[in-house]
Amino acid sequence: MKTRREFIKISSVGAGVAALGLHALDLKGLNWLNPDSSNEPASDEDMTPYPTYCEVCFWKCAAWVYVDKKGKIRKIIGNKNDPHSQGRMCPRGTGGLGMYYDNDRLKTPLIRETRPDGSQYFRKASWNEALDKVANKMKEVKEKYGPEAFGLFNHGTPGGHLEHLMRAYGSETNAEPAYANCRGPRSAAYYATFGAFIGSPECTDIRDTRCMVLIGSHIGENMHNSQVQEMSEAIDNNATIITVDPRFSTAASKSQYWLPIKPSTDLALLLAWIHVLIYEDIYNKDFVKKYTFGFEQLKAHVKDMTPEWAYGITTIEPDIIRNTAREMAGAAPAVVIHPGRHTVWYGDDTQRERAMAILTALLGAWGKRGSLYLPEAVHLPEYPQPEYPKPKWSWRDLPEGKFPLATMGITSELLKASIPRYKYKHQVKAWLVGGTNLPLSMPDKKLFKEAANSVEFIAVMDTMPMEVTGYADVVLPEATYLERYDFIRAAQNRVPNVALRMPAAKPRFKSKPAWWITKQIGERLGLHAYFNYDDYSEVIDWQFKKLGTSLEEMKKIGVKSFPRESGPLYIGEGEKFEFNTNTGKIELYSTDFADLGFDPLPNYKPHPEPPQNYYRLIYGRAPMHTFSRTSNNHFLWDLMKENSVWVNPKVASLWELKNDQKVWLKNQDGAITSFPVKVRITERIRWDSVYMVHGFGHSDKKLSRAYGRGASDEEMITKIAKDPIMGGEGMRGNFITFLKENPNKNRKEDKA
Amino acid sequence: MRYAMAIDTHKCVGCSDCVVACQTENNVPHGYCRDWIVEYVDGTYPSLDMRFQSERCNHCDNAPCVRCCPTGASHIVEGGIVLVTHDECIGCGACIESCPYDARYPHPDGYVDKCTFCVQRVEKGQNPACVDVCPTHCLHFGDLDDPNSDVSLALKDRSWKVLAPEAGTKPQLYFLT
Repeated sequence: MKTRREFIKISSVGAGVAALGLHALDLKGLNWLNPDSSNEPASDEDMTPYPTYCEVCFWKCAAWVYVDKKGKIRKIIGNKNDPHSQGRMCPRGTGGLGMYYDNDRLKTPLIRETRPDGSQYFRKASWNEALDKVANKMKEVKEKYGPEAFGLFNHGTPGGHLEHLMRAYGSETNAEPAYANCRGPRSAAYYATFGAFIGSPECTDIRDTRCMVLIGSHIGENMHNSQVQEMSEAIDNNATIITVDPRFSTAASKSQYWLPIKPSTDLALLLAWIHVLIYEDIYNKDFVKKYTFGFEQLKAHVKDMTPEWAYGITTIEPDIIRNTAREMAGAAPAVVIHPGRHTVWYGDDTQRERAMAILTALLGAWGKRGSLYLPEAVHLPEYPQPEYPKPKWSWRDLPEGKFPLATMGITSELLKASIPRYKYKHQVKAWLVGGTNLPLSMPDKKLFKEAANSVEFIAVMDTMPMEVTGYADVVLPEATYLERYDFIRAAQNRVPNVALRMPAAKPRFKSKPAWWITKQIGERLGLHAYFNYDDYSEVIDWQFKKLGTSLEEMKKIGVKSFPRESGPLYIGEGEKFEFNTNTGKIELYSTDFADLGFDPLPNYKPHPEPPQNYYRLIYGRAPMHTFSRTSNNHFLWDLMKENSVWVNPKVASLWELKNDQKVWLKNQDGAITSFPVKVRITERIRWDSVYMVHGFGHSDKKLSRAYGRGASDEEMITKIAKDPIMGGEGMRGNFITFLKENPNKNRKEDKA
Repeated sequence: MRYAMAIDTHKCVGCSDCVVACQTENNVPHGYCRDWIVEYVDGTYPSLDMRFQSERCNHCDNAPCVRCCPTGASHIVEGGIVLVTHDECIGCGACIESCPYDARYPHPDGYVDKCTFCVQRVEKGQNPACVDVCPTHCLHFGDLDDPNSDVSLALKDRSWKVLAPEAGTKPQLYFLT
C-alpha cells in the first residue's frame, strides 16, 4: 500500500512542491494519550479548563488547558480575552502538551560523579541531596570569591525565578542570549532615538496599518501570534506589504513588493529610502518639525545616498527604491516599519536599527494609528520582601567600559569572565543555568566549552535533557508550564492586562516548579525573608488582590484587562509630547552616540562577502518550532523532524546536488557540522546564500526523537561581528561550503 | 444543508496549526494526521509566486470512497459529511486507493480514519477545530445553503478552485485564489 508520503511526492508533479505535515509511519500505532485509550474525541463539556499562558515561546499567549475526567491533559485552546492569542494558539502552543507528555523529560535530580578510572556519569539523587549541593556551593563561592562570582544564564519565566534567587543571594552577574544574541541592537537603537524600547510583544499596530515594511523579519515563519493574526487582517484590508529579504519568505509571498536584497546591505537601502523621503520632500513635515531633533544634519548626511548609489550595493533597482519610499509616504503615518526581533546580523546592527527608527520618525509613524502604538503594562505590586543586597560588581562591569549602551548582560562577556586566561578583573567561578540551552542558542561553541570547563560548578534547571545539561554538576528537573504556578504575566499591550498560569496537572516524575526549587535553595542559604510563602499561589493571590482581583477570580477568567492609565494609545494631533531623550525630542541625530564617539547618524559600511565556492549562511525559523527547545516535542517533531539546507537550483547544479541528498557543511574557519543535513533545492533562496532553520542537530542522545536530526547552524557560526555600541554578536557573516562525503568518519564523536 | 470549507490561500502561512489542533481534538495517533499543508512554489528567483494550503477530506458529493466500501462503513450523513463507522470497517483499504486526495489513512486500531469536519463539534453548532485555531483566519466553514454562513460569505466575492475537478467527485473544499 502506498504511504501518503509517497503520494504527495508523486502527485505533486512540477518543480518546487514540498509537502509539510506528513505522516511518519515509523511510529506506527503510537497513541499519544495512552496506548489503550479510545479514539473518541473528548467532549468539551466533560473536561475542566485550567488557565495558563504558554511557555513554548516568549509571546506567552494565554490559553485554557482542557483536562478530562481521568486527569489527562487533552488539548490547549487560546483564551478569547487574551490580546496575545485572541483565542487562537499557534501550532507550538496547540502542541504544547507534547512538552508535558515527553517521556524523554528530566525525571529526577542528577549529580555528576567520577568513577575511579576518571570517567564521569550522572547519578540519580534525591531533591534534598541536589539542593544541598547547589546551596553549599553557593555558600562556598560567596565565602571564597563573593556572591558576584556566581553567574546566571537565564531565559523565560523559569529564569526569572533563578534571577530572584541570585539577587537575594547578592549576584547580578547574569546574561541571557535573548539580548546580545538576539534583540539587543533594537533596544539600543530605539532607546537612543525615541527614548523608549519597542518591548515585547512589539507595539506594532499592524491591524490598522496601511503599509508594513519587513526588513529581514519573517512573520508567518516566526509565529509571533498576534502579529501573524494582524498581518492576516492587514492582508484583508489591502494594506501594502513591503518585504526586504534575500530569501523568498512566507511574508515575501504575501507582499506587493519583495525586495530580494543582497545580504548585508540593508543599511544602504534604508539610507536611500531616507534620502528619497527627504529630497522628494515627501516626509511628514509637521511631525518632524514638532517632535524631532537633528533633521538638518540628517538631510546633509544622506545627500549623496541616492537610490542609484544604493543600487550598486543592494542590487535593488532605483525605481523600486523610489516607488517603495513613495508607498510609505503615501500611507504615512499609518506605516509599520517593523523593528524586527532577531537583529544581530553584521555587527553594525544598532546602526541599522537606528536607520529604521529614523525612517519611522520621518514618516511620523510613531504613536499614530497603524504605526507603532504606545503600549502599557500593568505594574505588578511587589510582594513584601527586604531590598536585594547591592552587589559589588555585576554584569555591567564585565566589559570594562566596552559596549556602553548595553542594557542587559552580554553572554559572551560572562563566558569570557569565566575563563582565567582572559584575565577579566571580575571572574566568574560558577553558573546557574535555567531555561536556555547555551550550546544551541549561542555562537562560538569553543568559547562556551572552554568556559564550561573553566568554572568550578554548573547547576542546570530545565525540563528536558538539553545539551547544556550535559555540562552540569547538578541537574534540577523542572516541571513544565502546564504543571506549575508561575509569575503573573503582565506584558505590555494596547490594553494593560494580566494572565494567570496555574497547574493543570501534577508534575510528572520527580520534577518540581522553578519557584519551589529556588525557594528550597533560598531557605538553605538563610534567605527566608525573600521566600516568605509556602506556595507560590500565595504570592500571586496577594498581587492579584492588590490589583483588585484575586486568584479565585483569575482561575475562572485566566486573563483580566485594566483601563489604561498612561493616556491614549496614540499621540493626538499636534499634542505636546516629551520624549525620554537628552533633547526631549526624537533624536534623528543621536546625542548619546555623538558623546560616546559612535556615528551619530548611521553610515553604510561594506561587510565581508563569501569567498569562491562558499555561500553566506542565513538562518531563521519554522512556524512549528521554537529554536532548539521544541525539536523533541512529538507533535511538532511530527510536523518537522529536521532542518534542511536551502540551495538555489543554480548552485545545486554546479555542485551536482540532489534534493534530499545528505551533505555536511564546512565553514570558512574549517568547522564542520556534526551531522549531515538534507539539501532542499529551491528558488526561494539567492545563489550567493544558503538558508537553514535554526534549532536542529541536537547531539544529546537522550532526546530520542531530535538526536542527530538535521544540522546545527550554530556550529557553522564561529565568526562573530561585535556591535561596539551594545555588545551584540552579529552572526550572518559566516560562509559555508558543501562536503558530500562524511568528514566525521574518523573523528571522535563530538559530545556537545 | 451542505457543509463545506473555503481555504484562503492568500492568508495561509502554512504553520500547520490546523494539523496539531486536529490531532489533539480528535485524538489522532502520533505519526498520522487528518489534515496537512502543501506548499506550491512557481517561477525563478526573483520572480516567484508561492502559496500554502491546508488540505483534508473533500467530503465529496460523489464520493468514490463511499461507493467502493464493501461493508457500508463509509457513508454520508446529513450535511454531506463523509464518515467511517469504525466497527463496520474491515480495514480493506479500498477507500484509501479510491480517494483522489489521499485523505484517508489506516488507523493502527484496524480501521480507516480521516477528517470528519469534527462532526462532534459541528453537531453542537461549533466550527471544526482547525477552523477555530487558525491564526490567520484562513479557513471558513459552514452551510452552503445558508447565504450568511461563513463559507458562503467567503465564496461570494472571491474566485476559487477545487482539487482534481476532473475526477468528478464534486469536492467540497474550495480554495480561494
